[in-house]
Amino acid sequence: MPSSTKLTKQPPLAIRGLSVAYQKKPVLRDVSFEIGDGELVGVIGPNGAGKSTLIKAALGLIPKLTGEVAVYGKPCAEQRKLIGYVPQRESVDWDFPTNALDVVMMGRYGRLGWFRRPGAKEKAIALECLAKVGMADYANRQISQLSGGQQQRVFLARALAQDASLYVMDEPFAGVDAATEKAIINLLQELKREGKTVMVVHHDLATVKEYFDSVLLLNVEVQAYGKTEDAFTQENLQRTYGGRFAFLNRHAESADTAAAAEGRG
Amino acid sequence: MLESFWAMVTDPNAQWILLGCMLLGLCSGVIGCFAYLRKQSLMGDTLAHAALPGICIAFMLTGTKSIGLFLLGAGAAGLLATFGIGLITRYSRIKTDAAMGIVLSSFFGLGIVLLTKIQHSDYGNQSGLDKFLFGQAASMIGSDVNAMLIVSLVIIAACTLLFKEFKLLAFDPGFARGLGFPVAFLDQLLMFFIVVAVVAGIQAVGVVLVAALLITPAVSARYWTDRLGTMVVLAGVFGLLSGAVGTWLSSTTASLPTGPVSVLAQTLLFGVSLLFGPRRGLLAKRLSHTRARRTLIHEQTMQLNVSGKEERPL
Repeated sequence: MPSSTKLTKQPPLAIRGLSVAYQKKPVLRDVSFEIGDGELVGVIGPNGAGKSTLIKAALGLIPKLTGEVAVYGKPCAEQRKLIGYVPQRESVDWDFPTNALDVVMMGRYGRLGWFRRPGAKEKAIALECLAKVGMADYANRQISQLSGGQQQRVFLARALAQDASLYVMDEPFAGVDAATEKAIINLLQELKREGKTVMVVHHDLATVKEYFDSVLLLNVEVQAYGKTEDAFTQENLQRTYGGRFAFLNRHAESADTAAAAEGRG
Repeated sequence: MLESFWAMVTDPNAQWILLGCMLLGLCSGVIGCFAYLRKQSLMGDTLAHAALPGICIAFMLTGTKSIGLFLLGAGAAGLLATFGIGLITRYSRIKTDAAMGIVLSSFFGLGIVLLTKIQHSDYGNQSGLDKFLFGQAASMIGSDVNAMLIVSLVIIAACTLLFKEFKLLAFDPGFARGLGFPVAFLDQLLMFFIVVAVVAGIQAVGVVLVAALLITPAVSARYWTDRLGTMVVLAGVFGLLSGAVGTWLSSTTASLPTGPVSVLAQTLLFGVSLLFGPRRGLLAKRLSHTRARRTLIHEQTMQLNVSGKEERPL
């Protein structure tokens, strides 16, 4: 894969005072944070905390009330080629008449620009990306005949094909099988090795310490943000999850033991 | 049978109708694929019904019957209708399907009121305007067919050029926006082409049936292929064939209306696709189910009977 554009010293993602509301109800209030170059950041919070909203607003996919978003120092509309986006799997109809390879090639559409069709070069890149997520054998498979985990990997491969520097993933681990979970983790590690920055919306508290360098604890407002060992504390989790923490509390006590799996769900 | 077909092809009058119906089927089939996959099938119906008052107002203002003016009126009315649907869904708790129902019927009601008003007043050449309700393909003349030809060429050219963009829009608009494609603009463009196809088709099959030309070939084509490119071509061919069959049947039998017969021909094609489509068709599903069952039973009996090496059933 060709290497990405040379980057300046600007942070991959800087958000200042971001607020978003659906109807009248605020979903995000005054969110500010900055992601460092090459970091693997998890965004954690209860249901309805605005995690997906944060991603969509940061990428300019939904309107925001106030706030500024800078991707490598510029508005994200000017930096589309540097951003790889993995939406939630349920956001599309998988009965669409197309195959896995074709979906991955869509990752190249932004670079192709208007009217030009993907050719041999795009196909080669797409195949390479499919191989990276362990889906090379499924290139010509109709997408409705893939399992949920395989569909998720196709989405990841499509983001890889974008050859971006900043990857934003909306719950890639939601409802996937063990093989896919492993494939995603390997991929995250490889992206990190390549010096890419990755922001992942995550649900499973048990694996946070294992996967991420930094965590953003979100519940409408930013509850805590920092290196995982500093920010991922029982106190901060209590604040983020509120009353719902009773069940999670058990997990926190045994977070480093094998019993961590208890907290999954 | 062949004779009657030959008679139709050589009759200059029938030639126009045949060509017009085939072109109409072709272009509606092609653009219908994208509308269907974008989950906008009913939008075609809404736009068709909304077109009626637009056309009536265009006629009342100018007193002439020209495709260009009607397109303008229908386009404006269609835009207003989609705008109305957007307003209703945004500012109330009403969902899109109900909003479409409200807008569709109120525009159509207004259209009928205006149409009746035109018929009972002294506009000189209003004859034929009422045909927009149910369509009359037999009234097509050379200039209509020329307009149809241009419409078809424009739609096919656009779908070829913007194939990649429309595909992405239909599959994953959120991702398209993330890549920087102007999704709202592409949606409007798709809507515009649907309006164009609808207005071109109204004269032949009427407001009520024109949505069938958009939806049915696309749905039928989906049964035969898992590739979008093939699906679009197939839908075009299905539309073309139905147009030809409709014209032919109505030319051989007295008092058979061309447009509605074309729509019925499409329905027949859909029935055939539904039954015999490979893999997705009902028959194929039943067959593969039976086969899987037989394999399983075979496997189980093998396990019971054979104690030594196990044969692997395919």
